Amino acid sequence: MEMYWLLGLPLAGGITLAFWGHRAHAPEINAAFSLATLIAAGWLTAHIVAEGPVLIGGDGWFYIDAFNVFLVALTAFVAFTTALFSRPYMRIEQAHGRVNAARLRLYHASYQLFIGTMLLALTTNNMGILWVAMEAATLTTVLLVSLYRTPAALEAAWKYFILCGVGIALALFGTILLYFAAEQVLGAGGGALSWTHLNAVKTRLEPVVLQLAFVFLLVGYGTKVGLVPLHSWLPDAHGEGPTPISAVLSGLLLNVALYAVMRSKVLVDGALGGASLAGALMMGFGLLSVLVAALLIRRQTDVKRMFAYSSIEHMGLITFAFGMGGMVASFAALLHMTVHSLTKSAIFYAVGHATQKAGTQVMEDIRGLIKTNPTIGWGLILGTIAILGVPPFGVFASEFLIITTTMHQHPWATPVLLTALGVAFAAMFGRVQPMVFGETTLPRLPHQPALLPVFVHLALVLMLGLFIPGYLAHWYRQAACLLGG
Amino acid sequence: MSLTYHLQVVNLLAALLLLIAFAMLSQRRIVGLITLFAWQGAALATSTAIVAWSTGQHHLYYSAALTLGLKVVLVPWYFFRLIRQLDVDREVEPMINIPTTMLIGIILVIFAFNLALPISQMAGTVTRSTLGIALASVLLAFLMMITRSKAIPQVIGFLAMENGLFFAATSATYGMPLVVELGVALDVLVAVFVLGIFFFHIRETFDSMDLKHMERLREK
Repeated sequence: MEMYWLLGLPLAGGITLAFWGHRAHAPEINAAFSLATLIAAGWLTAHIVAEGPVLIGGDGWFYIDAFNVFLVALTAFVAFTTALFSRPYMRIEQAHGRVNAARLRLYHASYQLFIGTMLLALTTNNMGILWVAMEAATLTTVLLVSLYRTPAALEAAWKYFILCGVGIALALFGTILLYFAAEQVLGAGGGALSWTHLNAVKTRLEPVVLQLAFVFLLVGYGTKVGLVPLHSWLPDAHGEGPTPISAVLSGLLLNVALYAVMRSKVLVDGALGGASLAGALMMGFGLLSVLVAALLIRRQTDVKRMFAYSSIEHMGLITFAFGMGGMVASFAALLHMTVHSLTKSAIFYAVGHATQKAGTQVMEDIRGLIKTNPTIGWGLILGTIAILGVPPFGVFASEFLIITTTMHQHPWATPVLLTALGVAFAAMFGRVQPMVFGETTLPRLPHQPALLPVFVHLALVLMLGLFIPGYLAHWYRQAACLLGG
Repeated sequence: MSLTYHLQVVNLLAALLLLIAFAMLSQRRIVGLITLFAWQGAALATSTAIVAWSTGQHHLYYSAALTLGLKVVLVPWYFFRLIRQLDVDREVEPMINIPTTMLIGIILVIFAFNLALPISQMAGTVTRSTLGIALASVLLAFLMMITRSKAIPQVIGFLAMENGLFFAATSATYGMPLVVELGVALDVLVAVFVLGIFFFHIRETFDSMDLKHMERLREK
């Protein structure tokens, strides 16, 4: 039951907001629908925690286990806090004349539909529907990235559409190959693409076809994860789109795309009998992403682009950890997915208000946030410290786990990872520090910023760094078992 | 009417698909490109219907009908309307070096046939020999996407790629499960309309549909 609420609410929200349009309280309705979705997600989570993995719907349309239920909860949570943040943020943007009422209608309706497509991608049991939902997630955000209609924003949206479109077409070919392999074991029909059926017979799937399928799926969905060298849409889309969209793209969409890769990896690993072609490919892409992103962070002048590259770096790290496989690495990767998502969206909230205040995204022109608006300043500096992996924040815990596991399993990769993390640390801290503590002459913001979500997220990340509650650890362990066990 | 006879028609249509893919690669005018795209859709729909008839895979009829409705009628009609509204129907793309592009295309076809060989040997479908052609038309569409500098031809390349993928699904496995095909068709439909809106935004901002103006976002 809660499953239908979970998917029905964002859809209903999208339709309602499309008709409600620019009348009063649209942002509040947006937040209310997101809250209702969060409640449905919480309900579903409680259900799964109590009863274990379930198949829902007539033919087993939806499959919820420890892995995706935690992502569902995370997605619904960040979607809700972002809706809270976007309420004052978009109001100020409107006051600045960057968006008008018609575009806000598009914004709110697409936002809800976007959340709905991500939840569908996470919960569906059918690898084909997963593809459809991923493509739909791109389509609902193309017009959001170009919301400001500046030449740069249009260019970013076009790049986003074309690159992700080509990527997703490759993933479709991978899905066709997967179906081809499955059909020979399971027979034709919808059942042959459902993940639970595939998982049950994965050792009997034709390894050669599955290998080829995984390459296409990894490159296809990897484009959306932002893995180097397929990443070039990501900084543009994050830099030019409205900040709430940057926050959900970074914090949620990348996770969902990686989720699709992981579901495929479980099948390939089974078919190859544990031989690690899939793992090796993911480690390679992951390591390259960490390294290239860290080097590119140094060259950024735009604050949102810099944090977009930081997302590529962290997604690379997670992909690398999942690629290593095994219990500890998968556990660390899941934890890192959670803390990265919470921290990065918190940073984007703070950055959003900071850039709004300064009227620019160029870092050199943003100075002295701590004087003019202490909460934004503290939010930004704490978020930056957290994402850079300074203890006691949660990112430290997961990075520490990833690096110690790397030392055991693949010692050669450790110096690369440490160098990349070091370079990123120096570059980002060096840029954010004067933005927060430098001298300034800027006036205060006209509206009260919504910074509660920033501190709630950072508090959660801090908590995950200090101790992980028993049930959560249990949950991660179950999911890790499923993925790398 | 024997199965081999049907098979020959399907093979003929597959060859036609590949020929159209090459023709699209060398077509300079947008109107011509859309017409070619409609023809490609028609070839795809016909071959899908013939496969459905000769193998008794009834769900392929739906797939053929979807292709016919969407890619032969609706999308070309919408694009013709768009180019009239945007007034770009006389636009000719100054393409460099069509012969080179064609040569690259031929290399891609050889590559596609080699890639498809091991898979088609494993396939149990009667149409498995056309998998190489399907893959080749995907790659040719991809080549078209990257060699064009205008917005509409790039999107047609994207849709032609989808055509090739549908053809691949038909030849390797008699099509994807129906619910997936419906979902993919829905995505294509939404994509075309979203891009239709997007074209107007591009036109409004850049005063042209030429993507060469889009060179601001470069990594310094």
